[in-house]
Parts: sequence; C-alpha cells; structure tokens
Amino acid sequence: MNKVLLIIQREFLNRVQKKSFLLTTILVPLIFPAIMGVVFYVMLKDAESAQAKAVMVVDESGKFRFENSRKFTFAPVDLTIEQAKKAYQEPDNFALLHVPAFELDKPEGFTIYLKENPSIEKLSELENVLEKQIRDMKLRAFNIDEETLKKLESSVSLKTINLSETGEEKASNVGVLNAAGFLLGILIYMFVLIYGIQIMQGVIDEKTSKIVEVIVSSVRPFQLMLGKIIGIASVGLLQFLIWIVLISVLSTAVMGYFGEKMPQQQIAEQMAGQLGGEEAKQVVENQNNEVMEVFSEIGQIPFAKIAFVFVFFFLGGYLLYGALFAAVGSAVDSIQESQQFQFPITLPLLVAYLGLFLFILRDPHGPVSFWLSIIPFTSPVAMVGRIAFGVPDWHLVLSMALLVIGFLFTTWIAARIYRVGILMTGTKVNYKVLAKWFMMKN
Amino acid sequence: MFIILRSVIFRIIAVLTESSNPKDVDALIAKEVTKRYTGHLALDRVSITIPEKTIYGLLGPNGAGKTTLIRIINQIINRDSGDITVFGEPLNARHVEQIGYLPEERGLYKKLEVGEQLLYLAQLKGLSRAEAMKRIKVWLEKFEIKDWWKKKVEDLSKGMAQKIQFISTVLHEPRLIILDEPFSGFDPVNAQLITEQILELKEKGCTIIFSTHRMETVESLCDHIALINKSKKILEGPKKQVKDQFRSNTFVVEHRGNHFHLPAERYELIRQKPVGEDLYETVIRAGEGIKGNQVIRELIDLTEVQSFQEKLPTMADIFISLVKAEGDEALRKHLLES
Repeated sequence: MNKVLLIIQREFLNRVQKKSFLLTTILVPLIFPAIMGVVFYVMLKDAESAQAKAVMVVDESGKFRFENSRKFTFAPVDLTIEQAKKAYQEPDNFALLHVPAFELDKPEGFTIYLKENPSIEKLSELENVLEKQIRDMKLRAFNIDEETLKKLESSVSLKTINLSETGEEKASNVGVLNAAGFLLGILIYMFVLIYGIQIMQGVIDEKTSKIVEVIVSSVRPFQLMLGKIIGIASVGLLQFLIWIVLISVLSTAVMGYFGEKMPQQQIAEQMAGQLGGEEAKQVVENQNNEVMEVFSEIGQIPFAKIAFVFVFFFLGGYLLYGALFAAVGSAVDSIQESQQFQFPITLPLLVAYLGLFLFILRDPHGPVSFWLSIIPFTSPVAMVGRIAFGVPDWHLVLSMALLVIGFLFTTWIAARIYRVGILMTGTKVNYKVLAKWFMMKN
Repeated sequence: MFIILRSVIFRIIAVLTESSNPKDVDALIAKEVTKRYTGHLALDRVSITIPEKTIYGLLGPNGAGKTTLIRIINQIINRDSGDITVFGEPLNARHVEQIGYLPEERGLYKKLEVGEQLLYLAQLKGLSRAEAMKRIKVWLEKFEIKDWWKKKVEDLSKGMAQKIQFISTVLHEPRLIILDEPFSGFDPVNAQLITEQILELKEKGCTIIFSTHRMETVESLCDHIALINKSKKILEGPKKQVKDQFRSNTFVVEHRGNHFHLPAERYELIRQKPVGEDLYETVIRAGEGIKGNQVIRELIDLTEVQSFQEKLPTMADIFISLVKAEGDEALRKHLLES
C-alpha cells in the first residue's frame, strides 16, 4: 500500500511540476472570463451605439400611424416615392419604406429601400411593426376601441411547477436544469477522455522507455496501474478545482464590472421612462420577477445531492474508463498503434455524449434516457445530465451499484491484460492476442 | 524408552544447529521450476543452486528461458510449478528488497532528474527517503558524477544513463544482484568500471547472477555456471570443475624440427603448423590416463621442446561440444557468431 502511495505521489508530481500543467491551469480559466468579458463588452458597445434607426415613410394609403420605438424612428414624408428616393440619400436615413394604397384584406406591395443589405433581424422587426399596425387596423374595422386594444396586450411567461407524487410542488425552470445537465455531463465526458488518454500515454511512455521491468520487480503490476490511475486523477481533480475557483472568482469580477452597465437594466429604465406610469412599473416588475424566479429555482436545486452524485459518477466513470485506457497503453508500443483499441473504448463514451443532447436534455425521463443513465459505460455522463431534472432514488441507487460493479469488472479485465502487455514490446497485437493475454495464468 | 527419547533430542539438536548454520544457506535454490506459455514451454523442470557470495553465470542462447527464470526469481511472473528458496526462505514478497535487478531491456524515466529518479526507485525498494538520499550521494561521488543530480535523463548519453541504471540496481544494498546481459551496449570504459564494482560487491558478500550469452564474460568473472538450452538446464557446476570435466587431454607443443613420432596407439596428432623459422606448433591428444609429465618425458627424447602447455577448453568450446552432442545446429551457429 505504501508503494502505491509512492507511485501516486510520483505520478502526481511528474505532471504538476511540468510547465504545461501550470500553463493550462492558469490559461484556461483566463480564457473563460475573457470570452465573457469580450461578449459583454460588445453587447455594451452595441447597446450604447444603438440609436434608433431613421426610417422615412412614404405612406400613400394614409392609414398608418407609426409609433417610434427604441429601434426605429419613423418619419412620414409628404413626397412622391421618386422624390423620396432622392431625399433618402441623406446619410442619416436608414431605410425608406414605401406603403402603397392597399386593401385591408389584401395587404401587399410594401417595399423597403436600403443602402445596404439589412439583417434578417431588422427586417423581421419592421415586418412585425407593419403586421401589428395592420392587425390593429383590422380590429378597429371591427369597431374595437383603443382601450380594448391596450387591454389585449399582455406579457406571459410560463411558470412550470413539478408536482411530485406526494403532492409537493416544486417550481422548476427547464432552462436552468438544461444548462446544469449539459454542463455537468460535458464536464465528465471531457475529464474521462482527457485524463484517460493521459493514463494511456503514461503507460506507453513507461513501456517504451523500458523502465517498467525495473518497476515491476519492486511492485506488482496492479499496484503500478492503480497508482498511475489515481495519481493522474488527483492531477485532474486539482486542475478542475483550481479552474472552478479561478473561473468563479474571475467571472464574478467580470460580471461585477460590466453588471452595472448591463443593457438590460438600462433598457428597462429607458422603456419605463418612455411609457411612463403604471405600465412602466409593470414592465420593470415583470422583468424583476423573471430574474427572481430564475434565482429562486437555482436555489431550489438540491445542490448537495447533485454535488454528491456528480463527484461519485465523476470518479466512477474515470476509474471505469481509466483502467481500460491503461490496458490499451500496455498493449501497444506507440500512440499511433493505440488508435484501433481506443475506438471501442471511446465509442460508448461518444454514445453517452450524443445521448445527452438527443435524449437526456430533451426527454430526461424517457426510456432511452433511463437506460443510458443505468448502463455503467454511459451512466457517468447520462446520470449527471439527468440528475438536475430529478431522478427517482431507485434509479440512482441501481445506477451507482452498477457503476461500481462495472468499474471493478473493467479493472479486473484491464489488470489481466496490463500485467502481460507491459512486458511485451515489439509484438503485433490484435484482439486475439489480447484475449490470449487475458486468459494467461499469472 | 530413555534411549529413544535421547535420540529424539539429539535429532532435534542436530536439526536446529544445521538450520541455524549460515554456511549451509545457499543464496538461491530452484527446484524443478516449470513455466508454460500458451503453446510453448519456457522452462522445463529447471533446477539450479546458487551458492552465496559467488558470481553465477546463467548462460544460454537467446530464447533459452534465462529471462523467464530471472523474471520468476524477481516475482514479475509466477512459475507454474517448482520451488524457489532465497537465502533459506521460500520466495516471498519481502525478497523484493533483497534483490537488485538490472534487466536486459532497461531504461529510465526520460523527463525525470537523475536524483529524483534514483530516490524514487530506491524508495520503491523499501528505502526511506533520507537513507536513499545519503546512499545516492555516495554512489554519485564514487562514479564522479556528483553534479548530475539535477540533470534530466534525456540529456544524458547512453553510457551515462547506464551508470545511473547500475546505481539504481545496487542502491538498496541487495544481497542478491541479478544482471541480465549487463554489458550489452556498455562502452569498454564503462564495462571495466562496472566489472570492478561487481567484484567489489562480491567481496562485500553479495551474490551475483549473471545472465549472458557472451562467453568471455563468463571466462573471466564467474565462479559457477549453468547452461540453459531449449528451456532445459543441461549443465551446472563450479567453473573449474566444469572445465576439468571437459578436459580432453590435449597439449600444445612448440618445438624445433618437424619430425617426431609419438606412438600412435597412445597419441593422436591433431595438427601441426610452422610458426617461425624451423619452429613448429603441434597439437596432440594423449590417450586416457597419460599425464602431462609423461608426455614431456616422451617428447624430450624426440624433439627440441621450446614450450609445452595443456590446452584447456574455453567455455565456448564446452558449449559447442555440448550443443553438438544435442545436435542443435542453430545454437552452434549462434555461439560462433557471438
């Protein structure tokens, strides 16, 4: 046991003392808030420079009553379309809207003239303005008055509540849960793949540098394999821990800096200013309510449970695949050679990854999601993807038990291949040879 | 009744004194060790006895089973059957710390510094970090490479790395040292250095197993030898005894004048060739029971003898003759090449 500790320590130090470890550990968390910072910066700049676009309107029908919004200011002009085209050349004008005389039942012939190709977004916003006007006109044609029209406007945000069998009500937000499941699942997928390959690389290095025979004359091959797997896991955990701390500190700092200038707040206030009175209050309240809801739902997620499940499947999945990667490393003489054996290992991992998007995030309680989160090879990614949505306890217990069995099983298989493989250099290895090694007596 | 009791007590005392007498403990005894890989027998009931404080040559062509036997002694692989005793105790996990092993396929961690590397390997053999540190310094001083501590192995030359490998083999002061083809790839200077160290370790009381297919090493260093061929041991014993056993009563005479006729019923003329002006070298084989002195006596009357000596078989001769007897053409060729 003492020797396993020595190996763990050595494997850990070998990697942590490398410059590349220091570099990735510091750079990755910098990249994350840096991207966030850039996005916020662009958004902010955009919001600041977002003056309402001037739209000239030649309304031949005389029916439209355009209201200025924060995106567009409409300037009706009393010109023919040909004259307007000339006037439009003024640099401040964004677009020239030509509304011909039209029948209310057959609204067509609307044309917009622009200096450059507009974004789809802008175009559809303008279309929305026109559609709303026409709809109002039609409603007025049915003798519905202004007051009623105002009342028709409403803002709805669907509030979802989980009604459990016991009748307990839990507010939930599908968006938040989706994000949580997505993030946790991807994290495990990445960790298993990145550090699994590191294990394989480490085993190949030991084999090709031929140090391995000296080492296994001092320790059992199984101890060496175990020490390597755990040593590399501790490197990964340390790196993740540093990342989480650094990312959250830096992100908070970035958010704090830009947060005060966030457009959302400004916009709400601006709108409130424009609309005035009761309505404004309601808009602000609505917005605040939504924010509050998201927060309250984040608060209702059982963090302790998710954290426990995450760590369990994180380690379980890593150990399950780590042993297999070690076995592949022991069987080959170079990374290139390892490709053929890597494929069957990464395949179930890939299935789990795709399953996360195709089934678990869309339908976390469906049969495919259930099976993906039970089978040990896919459960580490699938179960943490599901967990935020709420998983029956018996699913969880079954999945965990199977993962432990699965990990013991793959370690057993891997150890049998490993002990023979590490001493075999220069052999052409295929699956038949692996099977032979597996069957070999000690 | 009393007599029976007394004899039992005597028997017990005899057994106790026998087992506690260190002179009787061999470094290693292997009995009928057998190892079978799928479809191929690597060791076929091999028995060897390695006396303490000797240099023991384990000889044989590549693929004969030497490395398999060595790996079994090092507990890297298990035997299928047979018994192994190390210093009087059945082979067990504790022996790892008493054995130093330099494999034929040897290497070091390329990215690791020399000092850390030796510390790690010594600690795996059960040394404390402090003790390992002390001993490494002594060895680096001995090899005059004190300033290598911080060097990475990938920056060392092959010869330099070999020194480090040797140090790592003996650092934990093992009682039994196993060297598999220790000189393969060593330059002559390093080979000499290592040879000196091996002899020094033997003086200190270590037992050394030498596995090799190079006969000149055996000739000069080993006290005992065993030959393994095709998974079987075909010869074992003290080097001198083995050589005596293969003495063929052949003599080399240098003489003036090429004419002499020894009685053909007792002597066989092997060859004769001129080696200088009126100087010849004649190789003769004497019949059974004829000693050197008698040969000289007979020769003096026949020719002017310049020099006379018995032609002892070299290890290579012995192996070739043995293998010929086994009818193994491939091995003979291999030995000639090496």
